Amino acid sequence: MEKLLEVRDLEVSFLTYGGEVQAVRGVSFDLHRGETLAIVGESGCGKSVTANSIMRLIPQPPGRITNGTIQFKDKELITLPENQMRKIRGVDISMIFQDPMTALNPTLTVGNQLTEGLKQHTSVSAKQAKQKAVELLDLVGIPNPEERLSLYPHQFSGGMRQRIVIAMALICEPELLIADEPTTALDVTIQAQILELFERIQEQTGVAIILITHDLGVVAKIADRIAVMYAGKIIEVGTKKEIFYQSQHPYTKGLLNSVPRLDRREGKLIPIDGTPPDLFSPPAGCPFTARCPKAMEVCDRVYPLETKLSSTHEVECWLQDERANKLLASK
Amino acid sequence: MTKYIIKRFLIMIGTVLIIATLTFFLMHAIPGSPFNEERNSNEVVQANLEAHYHLNEPLFIQYLIYLKSIATLDFGPSIKHPTQTVNDLLGRGFPISFELGIVTILVAVISGIILGVLAALKHNGIIDYLAMTIAVLGISIPNFVLATLLIQKLAVDWDIFPAATWSSPLHMVLPTLALATGPMAIIARLTRSSMLEVLTQDYIKTARAKGLMPYKIIIKHALKNALMPVVTILGTLLAGILTGTFVIEKIFAIPGMGRYFIESINQRDYPVIMGTTVFYSFFLVFMLFLVDIAYGLLDPRIKMHKKEGE
Repeated sequence: MEKLLEVRDLEVSFLTYGGEVQAVRGVSFDLHRGETLAIVGESGCGKSVTANSIMRLIPQPPGRITNGTIQFKDKELITLPENQMRKIRGVDISMIFQDPMTALNPTLTVGNQLTEGLKQHTSVSAKQAKQKAVELLDLVGIPNPEERLSLYPHQFSGGMRQRIVIAMALICEPELLIADEPTTALDVTIQAQILELFERIQEQTGVAIILITHDLGVVAKIADRIAVMYAGKIIEVGTKKEIFYQSQHPYTKGLLNSVPRLDRREGKLIPIDGTPPDLFSPPAGCPFTARCPKAMEVCDRVYPLETKLSSTHEVECWLQDERANKLLASK
Repeated sequence: MTKYIIKRFLIMIGTVLIIATLTFFLMHAIPGSPFNEERNSNEVVQANLEAHYHLNEPLFIQYLIYLKSIATLDFGPSIKHPTQTVNDLLGRGFPISFELGIVTILVAVISGIILGVLAALKHNGIIDYLAMTIAVLGISIPNFVLATLLIQKLAVDWDIFPAATWSSPLHMVLPTLALATGPMAIIARLTRSSMLEVLTQDYIKTARAKGLMPYKIIIKHALKNALMPVVTILGTLLAGILTGTFVIEKIFAIPGMGRYFIESINQRDYPVIMGTTVFYSFFLVFMLFLVDIAYGLLDPRIKMHKKEGE
């Protein structure tokens, strides 16, 4: 499969009154054409910041991309001038945000908001743009699309609005769609519908999707590969099967144990004790050490190296690394 | 929509009627009459004059006569200047006051919004501090103080603009400046704060994610939403500008409505008081009505009527 996006050693910081928050600390991953990568992790682990960095939508200041490369096809996005970046946003890479209730401008009609990106980036006529908007609303499953174009966002329900937001993101036929918690603000039945919509869209358009979420149920449904983030780092990445059935990192296992399951009898969930480390001054070793039930001495001191478990499965944990003992002895 | 307009129109008439009634009784509650100063006239002449203007009738009858004059829009001649009718005075003075008011509002709204948007975009930058300093000064300095300062500096000392009267566009500069600075400052501050709030909204991020040009994001997506509070206070500002014109007209010797308005009250010139008050209150209520319509046009969520069932 052809590589669409390659992120290497991405580091993003925010300068606040309290000091520098290192939100993303060296994230690397690849994305191939037409695949769905889910980035999961708890609040504040840097998954949204990673997504916004790809779009270069980090507010600067206070945000700052301090290191790394983001290669999209043949373009390096981090150093790309703003006017070039504008031609990529919405055209090659589109983004969907969490809350459909606020992501649409309340004072403009849906039709206007749907077509404005298309009008900006291509030289279509108003009529063609409208035609395209109707097609897309139809694709995302909104009945009577033609009549709905002249309505305002407040005249739609939450699920409908998220469909509109998705249609809006797809109108310029992007190759990459970044969805930042697209179902979090929706109720469960609508969630399922929206996820099905994502699957259908990918089948029909072949768009690659980066799905940012904290919901493993969402991931299980549509992801091809999963990257687990913790304290600004990707600690484990693998195919869906590898993460769900052969996860090796104690944090990933902890996450899976804290999800309710229908196929197990015991009703009690096992939470992960403690809280993530302070990203003002992240620890030198593995950031999960303090919460890890299997922590060793080395974990606290040195950040674990990457261990390849298969061609697709990588984990950053000393438990998987035979060098842990040697390193400990040499210290 | 039509239903709403008709409803609003009826309410407008009711409002004007209440104002007119209050004015009438207040006017007659002030001691004195139009003929008090004419001491040398004997009692017969005085009585004849009062009879001519129906001032000898009971107050209630006078009130009815007054209502009739409002209904027919004919307020009769002025008592103090019997050769002129009230409608003559209005016809001569109002266009000038209206011109001053409209120019002032345009200047205040346009410059206020521009200043506010610039300040918001360069938040905590030099332009922001500069704009907000101007705004604070504008709010704190009363227009009559500003007017005298402007005359002293720009007209007397430097001789750039004419000091008074109303005959060419150049004459309009100083009075407009004096009158517009306060409202402009208020609008600038309001625009800035609401713009800062709107710029953090998700739909602005959505617009940026679409790769739109920055000016389009600001004008189409941000400004339209940020203008709501500005439109809301526009009604109040209108009233302020309207009364402000009286003072400013006096200072700059502009032959507008203000002079008649104040003189008529001092001289108990009942028909002129009635005519100007009714006219002005109707004008103000009508402007407020326009503001409400504008509000509905800016924000589709505000419904003018309770139909549609959604």
